[in-house]
Amino acid sequence: MAERSSIFDMIGPIMIGPSSSHTGGVVRIGRVAHHILGQSPDKVEITFYNSFATTYEGHGSDRAIMAGLMDYRTDDLRIREALTLATDLGIDYKFKPIGNASTMHPNTILVECSHVDRSITVLGESLGGGVVNIKEVNGFTANFSAGLNTLIITADDVKGSIAFISSVLSHDDCNIATMSCSRKGRNDIACLTIEMDTPLRPLTNQYLKSLSWVHDVISFSDLR
Amino acid sequence: MSSLSNTAAPAPNFTDFATWQAYIQSSNEPLYLPVLHWEMNQKGASETDIWAGIQEAWVVMKDAVLTGLSEDMTSRSGMVNNSGKKVMNSRLHVLAPEFTQLVARALAAKEVNACMGRIVAAPTAGASGILPGTLVTMQELHGVTDRQIAEGLLVAAGIALVIQYNASLAGAVGGCQAETGSAAAMASGAMVYLLGGDVTQVFNAVAITIQCMLGLVCDPVAGLVEVPCIVRNASAAAIAYSSAQMAIAQVTAVIPVDECVAAMGEIGQAMESRYKETALGGLAATPTGKAIAKRVLISDINLMAEAE
Repeated sequence: MAERSSIFDMIGPIMIGPSSSHTGGVVRIGRVAHHILGQSPDKVEITFYNSFATTYEGHGSDRAIMAGLMDYRTDDLRIREALTLATDLGIDYKFKPIGNASTMHPNTILVECSHVDRSITVLGESLGGGVVNIKEVNGFTANFSAGLNTLIITADDVKGSIAFISSVLSHDDCNIATMSCSRKGRNDIACLTIEMDTPLRPLTNQYLKSLSWVHDVISFSDLR
Repeated sequence: MSSLSNTAAPAPNFTDFATWQAYIQSSNEPLYLPVLHWEMNQKGASETDIWAGIQEAWVVMKDAVLTGLSEDMTSRSGMVNNSGKKVMNSRLHVLAPEFTQLVARALAAKEVNACMGRIVAAPTAGASGILPGTLVTMQELHGVTDRQIAEGLLVAAGIALVIQYNASLAGAVGGCQAETGSAAAMASGAMVYLLGGDVTQVFNAVAITIQCMLGLVCDPVAGLVEVPCIVRNASAAAIAYSSAQMAIAQVTAVIPVDECVAAMGEIGQAMESRYKETALGGLAATPTGKAIAKRVLISDINLMAEAE
C-alpha cells in the first residue's frame, strides 16, 4: 500500500523544468553521489541508460546530474548553467549513453566519480515526480529514496552487527523506516543502508565510526 | 443547520468527492479547511508551514508567468520559441484582450518549464502552465487576494488528491487527460470557489472540465515536454474558464463528478501504451515528429554486448 501523497505533491514540488523525472529526480541522484563522496568530484563518468540514453540532452538531465554533483537543490536556477559551472570548478566530466540495458529501470543513471584518491559509484533510478530509488552504492545493494535521513555503514561482516546498530539507533530515539543489507561475501565487507524519520545525533555518528569493525559511516538528510 | 443535525458527516479522506461534499454541507466549513486539516493530520505539518508553503508555490507561479513573458524562451530543441510573448503582443484579439492574456500567460509559464526555469509541478511539470495562467488572470480580473488564492490552491490540491486516488495524475499512466485534464479541473474548481460558488458548483465545474478533457493522449514529439504540451496548457486554461462559467451559471454536468473521475481512470487504463508518454504514437509518430526526434535526440548510443 503506497502512502498517500502530500498536498505539496499536488501543488508542487517547486522544481526546475522540464520534467520531474528527467531533472528533479536526476539532481537528487547527483546529490546522493556528492554526499557519499563527501564533496564535489574532480572527475566523473556518467552513464545514462535506456530512455535516458536518447533524451538526456533534450531534457537537460546532463545539466541536472552535474548540478546534483555540485550539491545544488532541485529548485536551484543555476541548474541550467551547471555544465559551464562544473567546467569552471575544474570538474572533468564525461557522459555515456547505453540504450539496451533491458534488466534496468527505464530511467537509470550510473555515477562513477572520484576526488583525489577516493572513488565511489552510485546507481540510481528516477521513478517519476522527482522520486528516486538509489539501487546500489559502491556495488552494494542499497534501495533508499534520499527523501528521509539516510545512514550508510560499511563494516566487517560480523555476527550481531545489525542488532547492535539498530539498538544504538533506538537509544537515539531514531525510528527506522527502511533497511537494506548486503555483503561481498561471508566474513567479508558488508554494507548496511538505513532510512530514519529523524537524524542521528553527531555524537552517535562519531561513536559508530569509532567501532573497530566499522569502516565508514555516511549520513545525510532529505536531499531535495 | 449543522448544529441541528445529530450525526456530523465524517471528515473526508479525499478518496472521493461525495464524502468531501457531505462533510462541507454538514459542517458549513469553507471548502479548503478539511484539506488543510487532512495535511496536518496525515503529514504532521503545522498550519503555519502549510500556508507558507502554499504562498511560496504561488510566488513561484506568478514569477513563472512574468519570466515567460519577459525573458527569452527558446528551448534546446528549438521547438519552443517565445509563444507566450507572441500571443501577448498580438494586436488582433480573436475574442477579447483578457482571453488573449489568459492564453499568453499559460503558454509563458509552461515555456519556463520547457526552458529549464523554476516552476511548480501542479500537479505535474507537464501541466505547470495551467494554474499560473488561470489564477494570475483571475486575480487581475476579480481582485482576489493572495490569501484567497492560497485557499483556492488548497481546494485544487484536494481535487488532485481525489483524482490521483481514483485515476492518475501521470501521463505515463493515464495519458494527457491525467496531467492537463487534472490541472484544468483543479483550476476551474479553484476559480469557482474564489468567485463564491458553493460546493455543488465547485464540484460541478470539476466534472464539466473532466468531461471536456477526457481521452487526451500523451504523444510528445521526441519525448520532450514541448509539443503539444505547451499549446495544450493554453487550451486547458481556456477550458477551465468555460467550465467555471458554466458551473457558476448552474449548468449541470449530469454525470456526477466521482463518476467522471472513474471514467477518466477507465479510459486511462484502456489507452495503449504508445499514447502514454512513450513518444511512439500520435504526433510523435508523424513524419515530421519522427524527423524532429531524429534531429534532437542522441543517436550515438552504445549498446551492451550482452544483457547482464
